[in-house]
Amino acid sequence: MFKLKEVLNRSLLTPFNIIAGIIILIGLIITALRFSGGLAAVTNLSDYNPWGLWIGFDLLCGVALAAGGYVTSAAVYIFGIKKYHSAVRPAILTGFLGYSLVVLALSYDVGRPWRLPYPFVVQAGTTSVLFEVGACVLLYLVVLFIEFTPAASEWLGLKRARNLVVRLTMVLTILGVILSTLHQSSLGALFLIAPSKLHPLWYSQYIPVFFFISSIIAGLSMVIFEGSLTHRYFAEKMDETHLREKEDVVFGFGKAASFVLAAYFAVKVFGITMDDNWHYLSTGYGAWFLVEMLGFVALPCLLYSLGVRERNIKLIKWTAAWTVLGIVVNRFNVCLVAFNWHLPSSERYFPSWMEIGLSLFIVTVGVAAFKFIVTYMPILYEHPGYKTPHP
Amino acid sequence: MEFFTLQDFYTYTKGIAYILIVVTLIGMAGFWLYLTDQDNDDRE
Amino acid sequence: MSVSRRGFLAWMGAAGLTALSARAGATPRHFEGYPQSLCVLHDITLCIGCRSCEAGCNKVNELPAPAVPFTDLTVLDKKRRTNAKAYTVVNKFTPPQEGKPIYVKNQCNHCLEPACASACFVRAFTKNKDGSVTYDASVCVGCRYCMIACPFEIPTYEYNEPLTPRIMKCTLCHPRIAKGLLPGCVEACPTEALSFGKREDMIKLARERINKYPGRYVDHIYGEHEMGGTNWLYLSGVPFRNLGMREDLGVTPAPDLTSGALATVPMVAALWPALLTGIYAISKRKEKLSTGDSQTAVAKAVAEANTKAQAALTAAVDKAKREKEEAVQKAVKMALEQSAKKTQAQ
Repeated sequence: MFKLKEVLNRSLLTPFNIIAGIIILIGLIITALRFSGGLAAVTNLSDYNPWGLWIGFDLLCGVALAAGGYVTSAAVYIFGIKKYHSAVRPAILTGFLGYSLVVLALSYDVGRPWRLPYPFVVQAGTTSVLFEVGACVLLYLVVLFIEFTPAASEWLGLKRARNLVVRLTMVLTILGVILSTLHQSSLGALFLIAPSKLHPLWYSQYIPVFFFISSIIAGLSMVIFEGSLTHRYFAEKMDETHLREKEDVVFGFGKAASFVLAAYFAVKVFGITMDDNWHYLSTGYGAWFLVEMLGFVALPCLLYSLGVRERNIKLIKWTAAWTVLGIVVNRFNVCLVAFNWHLPSSERYFPSWMEIGLSLFIVTVGVAAFKFIVTYMPILYEHPGYKTPHP
Repeated sequence: MEFFTLQDFYTYTKGIAYILIVVTLIGMAGFWLYLTDQDNDDRE
Repeated sequence: MSVSRRGFLAWMGAAGLTALSARAGATPRHFEGYPQSLCVLHDITLCIGCRSCEAGCNKVNELPAPAVPFTDLTVLDKKRRTNAKAYTVVNKFTPPQEGKPIYVKNQCNHCLEPACASACFVRAFTKNKDGSVTYDASVCVGCRYCMIACPFEIPTYEYNEPLTPRIMKCTLCHPRIAKGLLPGCVEACPTEALSFGKREDMIKLARERINKYPGRYVDHIYGEHEMGGTNWLYLSGVPFRNLGMREDLGVTPAPDLTSGALATVPMVAALWPALLTGIYAISKRKEKLSTGDSQTAVAKAVAEANTKAQAALTAAVDKAKREKEEAVQKAVKMALEQSAKKTQAQ
């Protein structure tokens, strides 16, 4: 535990705190505007563009980049690759915070956020892909929360609670993979209902597969990327096991990411093949599609493989950052760029400054929470009182 | 039950499906615990 | 275990998902919709662009007064779409071949299999027996997925409302037609551009008009099959795509666009537990075997070392014994020789 007096004595005016404080202040102002003036007061959404940055980034990217949780725990507990064990808690934490922030972002985006539970307690629209997304995200958030509690329990000295949850690891992990498979793919499936609005190079009967496979890539890359940042700023919190294993994580996850990226590339090629959409490649949108495929799929696949074979950690870490960006590019393409491609440019959407500001606010809240938890709870180190390892 | 639209048909079938999914997941978890109980005993 | 195996297995899982989902899930069953449902036929060749329908709609639905009155026809110079204050709009088109402008009324088409109803995760939309598709604001969460789903770009949203925003769209005057009245727009229309009746009858009527005046109409009833059919039909003298009406929407009803993906959900729920537990069991067994193997190897090495040590020890002991014997024998021999020498000297 930490002593409140100690914390208050240390200066709170660190650069991080100042910048984060400003962003949070702006976020609170935007919050007030959103709930007093409606979405029109804050966003550039329109009747042609009902979904914008908050759905495209906070929901779609947020969920994809939080995928490290299920990927890492599957690797360690289902596939039995014990040497990645130290990566599990940071990944679960990122997942838990990521999904919590998705719910926070949705509370701004939907018209009546207090009605978010309605599909489950009032009237279920079971024909809707969004129903399935909502149900799985809700259940998975519960799973992630439970998986996170051992770290908090160890911090608070709740031995029995911690041991009980640790016994449930296998069940939670398997449930987590099932729920993640379902909702990661279903976020893509949302767009299946609008074939007339999504550009043929991005619309495919295989969108659910595209989103699921790319979520694995996103998870692997985020663990590497975020691990490199954590190591830079929280190295003093990392225990020997973490420091020892982190190279294995980088090389192992880099190798896996390379292979899955190759598989993803093949899957996308088949997508074009099955609908005979090759002729679109020679159009403007086709050029952008090729940038996405070659620059953000083929290239990182190659770079990861080079990094692994040459044992070049730096290359792998930069490739991971690039791949994370590629996931964002892909989700933006599906939701904002290729969507409504048929509309005249006067009707196209671009986020407002306040939408960007709020998304920044949400990310900052997440980073601040991550910073706090990693500083005070056994995420990057094993709590001395619980040396008997987690399963 | 007579359905006039796909929408009504799917609402009905998928509604039952979701309920059964929850039952299946809980059931599989329980069944697995039952199956693996022996292994733990044997090892002891 | 190589990490790429994880990638391979993930790929296999996804391959399974794909095989299950691709074009599967659409039920082979066929549904014809509610018999006797009501429908509007919009004969575009008869529309004069007077906007009386817009005014009528505004009145019966008690919508707010527009910024520009309905009698102002200059608004037709710009393309408009439905919005939170207007369930319907009339647009003007001037296709190059035609000498005069053509006017088209646009509003919710009340699809037989509405995309909005399929997409809504709280069932806020209902396809009623009378053919209308109505919206229930009392359950709506405001997610706006219906707006994404509608291929005709109809539902609008009250973005200006902070706490009680609603989707706004044409109701086919559901309460009025229940009482046997005409929809507000149909009643207001001064020409016969809008006709109202049973869908089967409206299709017959449209067919008759096309057959009677083949030079006047394009041989297609828009809405008969589009998106699986709608309860708002259109006749036109020029190709529909020149009037802002999409001809590439296909005939697949909206629910079947997502039924494939949704059909894989129960498969994953049922199979993933067995698949993942199997992988876990295999990896655990492999681990046990490799631990067992290494334990066996260690034990073997230890046993071998022990045997070797034992043999070395025995050999050393034997050697010591022999040497001792030899030494003893040598000493005895020497003693005997000395005693023999002594005896000889005496």
